[in-house]
Amino acid sequence: MNTHSADSIEVTVNGEVRVLRADMNVADLVERTWGRAVAVARNGEVISRAAWAATPVEPGDEIEIVRPIQGG
Amino acid sequence: MTEANGLIQPNDSDAHDTWRLGDLDLHSRVILGSARYPSTQVMLDALSAAGTQLVTMAIRRVDPKATGGENLYELLTDRGYLVLPNTAGCFTAQEAVLTAELAREALGTSLLKLEVIADEETLLPDPIETVAAAAELVKRGFQVLPYTNDDPVIAQRLEDVGCIAVMPLAAPIGSGLGIRNPHNFELIVSRASVPVIVDAGLGTASDVALAFELGCDAVLLNTAVAQARDAVRMARAVRHAAISGREAFLAGRMPKRFYADASSPMEGRIGARNAAWP
Repeated sequence: MNTHSADSIEVTVNGEVRVLRADMNVADLVERTWGRAVAVARNGEVISRAAWAATPVEPGDEIEIVRPIQGG
Repeated sequence: MTEANGLIQPNDSDAHDTWRLGDLDLHSRVILGSARYPSTQVMLDALSAAGTQLVTMAIRRVDPKATGGENLYELLTDRGYLVLPNTAGCFTAQEAVLTAELAREALGTSLLKLEVIADEETLLPDPIETVAAAAELVKRGFQVLPYTNDDPVIAQRLEDVGCIAVMPLAAPIGSGLGIRNPHNFELIVSRASVPVIVDAGLGTASDVALAFELGCDAVLLNTAVAQARDAVRMARAVRHAAISGREAFLAGRMPKRFYADASSPMEGRIGARNAAWP
């Protein structure tokens, strides 16, 4: 992402504001992540893996992408 | 019991001493956390030495800059461990419910260690938020294992809302202080009809043995094993302690007495009034 144009949108991913292509869906966003055990919430609602590709990323969205890590 | 490689192997009767957790039948009564080990290999060796089947993991944001690397979850599941996700770090029922939903989606399990803490200093459970979150999660189809205080009343409330187990703390998380109020555990055990799992604060093998002697069904440890000087050896000690404590509980301990009660008979002792001395 270089400049903020009409083709780009601002969303919050894991607490950080990011500028993304306007035509992105959740699958595009998560695609290059980490292992099979990843989950996504959009605006406080979990998006099932099956629905990622059909779920657009819209301006102002708050996206959380999580995975399991070491814990007690 | 048979000895092999210095390890006590459970015999057939021990293998049949399984316990039911939701829809699982488990033979290991030791649940371990996956954090704070000196290395991944030490963790894997410790899990194996403890004979554990169920391992806890936390749910956290992915780091967008991370390159992937070693995937602990795959490492564990590929070796046949069941992963129990937790909601560690949540302060409200709302945070815990979203974390739980993400955990279920990520790991494909409805098992959940519910943890809603009150503050960062004590990490003590917030009982009000915990009961609220548990009720909501049960409605949403989760199998909830709530981390809770060693409070018999809260334990009962958690069972009433449909939790599949209760997990009272021995002492604050990571404190290693052992069971601070054994009587509360006896009260919880005597009234619970779901498994009682001692979670948090256990420090060493004798703490584990005591948990089972009090009638608890399982223990959950992390720091006690991971931060021992020799984590693998402590894992083995914990496994033995679990067997010992459970066996002692099943055997039924003798009643306690205030005064001594001679083991050797008092009848038939010799007379020595006229013996030469020195």
